[in-house]
Amino acid sequence: MQLSVEGVGLSYDGQPVLSDVNFSLEAPESALLLGPSGSGKSSLLNIICGLQTPDSGSVTFAGKVVSAADGSANGDEVRRQSMGIIFQTLRLVSALTLRANLLLAQKLQTGSHDTVLVDTTLDQLDIAHRAEARPFELSQGEAQRAAIARALVVRPSLLIADEPTSALDAVNTEKVANLLLDLAKEAGASLLVATHDDRLKPYFTRTLALENGQIVS
Amino acid sequence: MISLAIAYLRDRPLTTALNILLLAIAVAMLVLLLQVGSQASERFERDARGVDLVVGAKGSPLQLILSSVFHVDQPTGNVPYSSLELLRRDPAVARAVPLALGDNFEGYRIVGTDETFSDLYNTELAEGRSFGAPLEAVLGASVAAQTGAGLGQKFVGSHGLEEDESGDQGHDHAAFETVGILAPTGTVVDRLILTSYETVWDVHGIDHDHDHGDGEAHDEDGDHHDHDGEDGHDHEEGHDHEEGHDHEDGHDHEDGHEHEDHDSHEDAADEHDHDEGHDHAEDDGHDHGDDGADHEVGVGNGNSAGSANPAILQAEGSGLEPELTALLVTYRNASGAIRIPSLINRQTEMQSAVPATETARLLELLGASIDGIRLFAWLLALTGGIAIFVALLNMVRTREGDLALLRVMGASRVQVFATVVMEGVITAALGAVLGWLAAHVLIIWARASFPTLADLGLQAWKFGSAEVLLLLTVLAIGALASIIPAWRVYNADPARVLARS
Repeated sequence: MQLSVEGVGLSYDGQPVLSDVNFSLEAPESALLLGPSGSGKSSLLNIICGLQTPDSGSVTFAGKVVSAADGSANGDEVRRQSMGIIFQTLRLVSALTLRANLLLAQKLQTGSHDTVLVDTTLDQLDIAHRAEARPFELSQGEAQRAAIARALVVRPSLLIADEPTSALDAVNTEKVANLLLDLAKEAGASLLVATHDDRLKPYFTRTLALENGQIVS
Repeated sequence: MISLAIAYLRDRPLTTALNILLLAIAVAMLVLLLQVGSQASERFERDARGVDLVVGAKGSPLQLILSSVFHVDQPTGNVPYSSLELLRRDPAVARAVPLALGDNFEGYRIVGTDETFSDLYNTELAEGRSFGAPLEAVLGASVAAQTGAGLGQKFVGSHGLEEDESGDQGHDHAAFETVGILAPTGTVVDRLILTSYETVWDVHGIDHDHDHGDGEAHDEDGDHHDHDGEDGHDHEEGHDHEEGHDHEDGHDHEDGHEHEDHDSHEDAADEHDHDEGHDHAEDDGHDHGDDGADHEVGVGNGNSAGSANPAILQAEGSGLEPELTALLVTYRNASGAIRIPSLINRQTEMQSAVPATETARLLELLGASIDGIRLFAWLLALTGGIAIFVALLNMVRTREGDLALLRVMGASRVQVFATVVMEGVITAALGAVLGWLAAHVLIIWARASFPTLADLGLQAWKFGSAEVLLLLTVLAIGALASIIPAWRVYNADPARVLARS
């Protein structure tokens, strides 16, 4: 078992956001965390990534505690060593070129540069010709692929994507979905995609439906 | 992280450039003040080392020190030769060095003195030997280097203490011969040409008892007599005293080379009316009022401190009374410092001045201006620091998402903190380096543009610990300015920042 979410609960100002969330992912397995806005997806992702401490329960990845209500977790280290994250707003560093963005992520997460992997990944995602472009010079599709590339060059065991297709049309949604699935499989990583976009459902064999802070299926 | 900090700085070039410029201006001003201040002090101290007292004609004591010790101003006048003997007889005086100024060669002052000068400044010969016979000269190291003069080379001195752009060659009849070149001393001596004071007298047509030194055969052409009763050097090229005396301006003194009409101006000379009385060249090439040569040595120009009636000096055809410009005195013991200055000031027509006192007074005079400029420069540096602070505060606001992302990707709080601080420090460092370079380039330019600064020995590439301290202080300003913005980033919760932005 790679990822294990056990009894996670969270509330803001007394209002429950997540209640007794339980699920697990085998390695490598892909799953869709599907839920409408306000269902608690982002909070759950933050807890899974070790960015937020739950009020109850815990998250472990590869046997290491990522988040725990008792504060015993070492989320920063697990995230750095094992996770590649694709943010909804992409969050490429605008002062750096695309290549520099990838190298920075690699350096921060793995402690070293692997320019061969960077070039291969850029090539694989068909954005090698934009390697020296700054983020604001990229098209939406290129920026999307750049964000995916950045998550991949850190050799993650768990790839997490937050609303990766929210701004895309159907054609590009399909492309991105297939790309994520293929790349995760190729990298041997588990994939967890959080989205409100039903269009992604057909591409995943496993869907975790989140409603009112609870996994309902 | 350094490359990220640099990338952020490059991402807002205008703000970065302005901040760097502000700091650079401040640093340049401070480095200039430091350099000029410290080098001037060092130079003053070095040049005045061993000189306890300067004795010269009455006038400004500061001017006396500047002209006799630092060789940058006109002398106050002359003192009788007998004053040297008087001082040397005093048991409290260890050394009295005579100075006879009046001429220059290519702007380098020709100083008439004796062997005690060498003792005072601890000079050593790099080549040749010391001056002895008349018209023998020893060049300071800089003089030799700049003029390219070598041993045996002859040169002709010009009137006045500064280079005359008109090309005046007043002593065509008196070519000096280079017999020695001094090793560099790092003092004003490097920029002087040394000869015997008797030579200076000879050059200016002053008769003297040759027992003073080895002044035999000084009067080789008899030219000096031609100028009895006047400033012998008050002549343009037209008064070439070489054979033939071919005065191009029509003043062709053929018979006996006697300027008889000059004698009629003896009284006029007393009144310093050199222009009217002696302007044979029909131009103002020798206007003493212009070139400040009124005080040239031994010319009996009426400013003689030791002569009750200066006219006497010009009275007889036998010549002018030998005089000196100043005496550099070193005491044998502390009692000299108490007795000799008051003796000089009260009982003679001369004045005494203490280099340390006058230098301190000069620095004090300059001090207020320097302090004002220094305060302004530090305010400018402070403004630069505030500008960095504002820029970084804006940066962490607009890039809080980026910085939170760094945390998510594995950067520690300290790393993100350091990234922001590095931006401030890099900005400050660039400003400091640019300002430092600008200051030194300005010194190079100033040296080339203002020869006096070069004369004072202002060097462009001289570094001191104070300069290092200044640069470190500017770096600290950059670091301090970035601490508050960096602290905000340090304390930010990346999850909340990402959710918010």
